[in-house]
Amino acid sequence: MGDFRMPSLGADMEAGTLVEWKVKRGDGVKRGDIVALVETQKGIIEVETFEAGTVEALLVEPGTKVPVGTVLAHLRGEGEPAVPEKPPAVEVSPPVGGHRPRASPAARAAAAKLGLDLAAVAGTGPGGAISLEDVERAARAAPAAPPASAPAVSDESRRLAMRRAIAAAMSRSKREIPHYYLDTRVDVGRALDWLRQENERLPLAERMLPVVLYLKAVGLAVRQFPELNGFWVDGAFRPSRAVHLGVVISLRQGGVMVPALHDVPDKPPGVLMRELGELIQRARRGTLRSSELADSTLTVTSLGEPGADRVFGVIFPPQVAIIGFGSAREVPWVVEGRCVPRPLVSVSLSADHRASDGHRGAAFLARVERLLQEPEKL
Amino acid sequence: MNRDALRQSVLESLATVAPEMEPSTLRPDEPLREQLDIDSYDFLQSLIALDKKLSVSIPESDYGRLTTLDACVDYLSRRLAEQGR
Repeated sequence: MGDFRMPSLGADMEAGTLVEWKVKRGDGVKRGDIVALVETQKGIIEVETFEAGTVEALLVEPGTKVPVGTVLAHLRGEGEPAVPEKPPAVEVSPPVGGHRPRASPAARAAAAKLGLDLAAVAGTGPGGAISLEDVERAARAAPAAPPASAPAVSDESRRLAMRRAIAAAMSRSKREIPHYYLDTRVDVGRALDWLRQENERLPLAERMLPVVLYLKAVGLAVRQFPELNGFWVDGAFRPSRAVHLGVVISLRQGGVMVPALHDVPDKPPGVLMRELGELIQRARRGTLRSSELADSTLTVTSLGEPGADRVFGVIFPPQVAIIGFGSAREVPWVVEGRCVPRPLVSVSLSADHRASDGHRGAAFLARVERLLQEPEKL
Repeated sequence: MNRDALRQSVLESLATVAPEMEPSTLRPDEPLREQLDIDSYDFLQSLIALDKKLSVSIPESDYGRLTTLDACVDYLSRRLAEQGR
């Protein structure tokens, strides 16, 4: 019999909250099926199973936060005999009795707003009192009688989960990581000309955006700067052989997601564009999967158009660097002694001073710049 | 195709990337991307949707002419007229 466990969706993930089961006892599942929604520091994620079988028992109630590796469900492989149902491993305290449940004013207000019956909310505060957190958890676990087609997780709880995830990661970053910052201005005229030529012969749906050239240049460059690609864990730097670039995707309703584009240096720009498009659409639909949130080894943020001149990113722990591309601007630029209008982009590096130094960081940016001068080789 | 029908097609294409859009609050002579907060990728997706509706493949060099709702309608009516439609 197989166990379905709380997955690790990043070296920094210690625990996750089961938001919703997508299967019930007795359901058959195959490899790749989505089994549960889990709230993590990276937002709400669809978790897939890597084993096929029949769901034997669901051991964790929605709304429960459990450490990575905790068994969430038992799966019975094909041909295995059924075993009697086990009681849930995690007990949820019963609702507090009495005519008026004890609850904090914030919890009462939130419950009223969400249309939740407080008597049905399990309190975890002093004396079984219901806290705001309890109400939010209950709201996530049992949305108020939605129509059958409505998503089980409300947009509001997704938004709150995402803000919490961003708050946790960015606070930890600014608390623990001694950032240093560098930026250089790069003439992207040749890169944009090359892209224009390529796009002329490509059908609309396959046209590429400048960001894929930026991603490819960063991916290739970082191979020669291993001190920027990897993780700071337990007081030491662990370089990563693979180059998986986390791409910052902003969501229209607010918030960001940072899924990984895998093995960037090995893929041609057309492939990167297609994969990036899929990631963007999944992120915006709120349907990123656990397999798409494998560890990023380095993050890239690109402001696009219309944006701002430059961005100095905040490193996603436990990574040790983030590269920021500003918007392209046409400015007067001196080329071979003559002043000519050229499109420039600020390329910045925010890096962890525990893992690397400014001299190497500057050499890395110079390498990115050089690669962008030969777009046909990307 | 008349201008109202073109305008409707543009609005429907934009709605594929900005479903919360309220067409009545859209100012036809101000930049679309700022009003709707759509980025380069979304913009590309809305052009793909437009191509599906009208079979009008828009070259990248013309993106700069598609800044406002009015400009889109102008551009499309000219381009369709060139194709004898």
